[in-house]
Amino acid sequence: MIAEAGLALLWFAAALAVLQLFTSLMTLRGGDGSGEMGGIVRPAAIMQGPLVALSFAMLMWLFIRTDLSVLLVAANSHSAKPFIFKVAGTWGNHEGSMLLWVTVMALSGSFLALVERRLPERTMIATLAAQAFVSLGFYAFLLFSSNPFERLLTPVAEGNGLNPLLQDIGLAFHPPTLYVGYVGLSVAFSFAVGALITREVGPAFARAMRPWVLGSWIFLTIGITAGSYWAYYELGWGGWWFWDPVENASLMPWLAATALLHSASVLASRDALRTWTIMLGVVAFSMSMVGTFLVRSGILTSVHAFAVDPERGTFILALLTIYIGGALALFGARASTVSEGKRFSIVSREAGLVVNNVALTAILGIVLLGTLYPLLTEAFDTKVSVGPPYFNPVGAIFAFPMFVALAIGPLLRWRSDRFGRIGKRLILPAVVTVIVLGGALMFAPDIHILPLLGLGMAIGLGIASLVPLFGRNLLRTPLPTYGMVLGHFGLAVALFGMASESAFSTEKLVAANVGDRVDVGPWSIELTSMEPVAGPNWTALEATMTARYEDGSPVMLHPQSRTFTQPQQTTSESALSTRWNGQLYAVVGEEGADGRWQLRLWWKPFVPLVWLGGLLIALGGVLALIGRVAGDVRRGLQRRRIAMRRESKPLAAATTGPAE
Amino acid sequence: MHMLARLALFATLIVSALAGPLAAQDQLPPAPYAYRQLEDPAQEAKAQELMETLRCLKCQSQSIADSDASMAGDMRNQVRLKIKAGEDPEAIRGWLIERYGDYVSYKPELTALTWPLFAAPLVLLLLAIMLLRRRFTRGVGDND
Repeated sequence: MIAEAGLALLWFAAALAVLQLFTSLMTLRGGDGSGEMGGIVRPAAIMQGPLVALSFAMLMWLFIRTDLSVLLVAANSHSAKPFIFKVAGTWGNHEGSMLLWVTVMALSGSFLALVERRLPERTMIATLAAQAFVSLGFYAFLLFSSNPFERLLTPVAEGNGLNPLLQDIGLAFHPPTLYVGYVGLSVAFSFAVGALITREVGPAFARAMRPWVLGSWIFLTIGITAGSYWAYYELGWGGWWFWDPVENASLMPWLAATALLHSASVLASRDALRTWTIMLGVVAFSMSMVGTFLVRSGILTSVHAFAVDPERGTFILALLTIYIGGALALFGARASTVSEGKRFSIVSREAGLVVNNVALTAILGIVLLGTLYPLLTEAFDTKVSVGPPYFNPVGAIFAFPMFVALAIGPLLRWRSDRFGRIGKRLILPAVVTVIVLGGALMFAPDIHILPLLGLGMAIGLGIASLVPLFGRNLLRTPLPTYGMVLGHFGLAVALFGMASESAFSTEKLVAANVGDRVDVGPWSIELTSMEPVAGPNWTALEATMTARYEDGSPVMLHPQSRTFTQPQQTTSESALSTRWNGQLYAVVGEEGADGRWQLRLWWKPFVPLVWLGGLLIALGGVLALIGRVAGDVRRGLQRRRIAMRRESKPLAAATTGPAE
Repeated sequence: MHMLARLALFATLIVSALAGPLAAQDQLPPAPYAYRQLEDPAQEAKAQELMETLRCLKCQSQSIADSDASMAGDMRNQVRLKIKAGEDPEAIRGWLIERYGDYVSYKPELTALTWPLFAAPLVLLLLAIMLLRRRFTRGVGDND
């Protein structure tokens, strides 16, 4: 019954989406009774959220009970799996993750319909029409080609289990985080379409869209950071970014959202870059769709692609074509009627943000091309690979100029400024950058060009990002400014971690007997013992290593070579020891013929800064979001107070108004 | 029918004959340099840098430097041995491409098929400049 209830709820929600689309389109067309129709749009949107959430709860319940009469549970779960992974297993598969996507989408639709009242009602109706149109595609995809509630004719005795690589707490919460981000961009897309339809592209539209972009950007940032850390400690080879197609699929929406975030702030503050912002809104959502398409269709087989099914891929491809094609067609038809807005000087804050936008869009283009190019050449019967030797230098061509603009831009005034005014404030970061570059060349003459520039830039950028706060009253500085400073500082921190890891990591591969001592970097590590251990659904050989940093006190490390029973697979569980200046990474591999154990050890100076930086960037986003939302709420209350006062004392308000 | 059946039997025999030694090969100890570094740190650094840009053909989006697959181990062994023998990393890459095709290298070569990858950054830059050029004013106060 649970499965059937879940499916029924989903059908109800889909029907409401049809109603939402129909009534909103009728309202936009105008004519008889369109006013009453308009009254239905919001309630129809609001109801979908709880319905789909309930449906998702049903699926989760099935997973928790391990109901093996349901196909999805039987294929992906196992009764002996730990509780938390039964819960996470709900979305650790194709159908469940699509239901999660739709759940988040419906909840955002409800929230949007419930609270957003600043835009003209017509624009809102158009926005909700676009939202309903997008949701309908996903409802159809779920109901017709990925029904998560499908029953088995005869229940099986035991489930297949979850991929052991995915049985990890970090990964359990990685996909939902990304999905929230993707869905937030779908709302931004709906806003863009709504504004295009009613030709209301202006600061009010940018302000209404901005919290959604910010929110989804925060989740994407956290999701990418967490995914990178997961790959780092779970795959057991110490790499943290592989330019894997699935990683790229999550990076592309992030790049687009970052650009959108910055151009929306230009539009909100200065009423400039109108069509550009709309285009980025379309691109950002397209990228999240492309991301889903790449991952879900299995067109790119990679470590993450746990759904390989071309039929669904075709369905998603069709959706993709309809949405992106439709949006681009609308954009093409309407863009010429939207003027680009105010102009600005080449030395102005807008110009800095334009550099940011161009660079981010270019990097996005490169990542997209590099990711899809192997597919294109495969059509010509040649398989090529595009990897780090392409992405790193080509991305850097655009990233480094962007970092320079990032150091300068926030100091400039809107509209027009002079370099002479801000030159003095940039002396310190510039000098420090040069010193770091020189120092790095002196102490590590063989350092490669990218890590070298990265180190210098990171330090200079770190200082420059704080310069906007110099000489300001820190108590009266608005929260969004703190958000910007923290976000930029976080980028510098992450850049330093990346550069340091790639310049200074040391690696040691050895075959060791119990009792042997190995040195890696400043560490000395002794293999103390090897013992078998067992978990709920795995057995493992666990090494005990006694590690000392220089002459410090010993640290115990316990890496495992773990064998899962269901499905059968061996994974390396790495062991990490984190210090302020880096991380020791230890992996134990197979036993050799001579009884020695295969050990892999890395000392990676400052590598945790990569993820710390990512979290700081997200935290900056949170501050900005809180600041913006609080500002909106305050202004809303003020407006209402003024309106109420006018209503109660119309005469007095009219005569004493200005003196107040 | 009869002939088909005989063919099938023949095929099965061949497959089992082939599978025997293959399965046994998996049990052999890995190649000496699969999990061992070169003695000379400079050579090892060179090998490591090259290995990070070679695809493990049996894995999904992993370089041979990041994989436990036995084929990746074999390839690491080959790369290290060749570096030890003093060969140039790019020559080794060329040799591997000749053996396994372009697919093995993560570093796309500039060919008739891949030139768009290298033209793209330029095109993107020009496009962006063209799109946004008209946004800038020369002086102050020139609004719209």
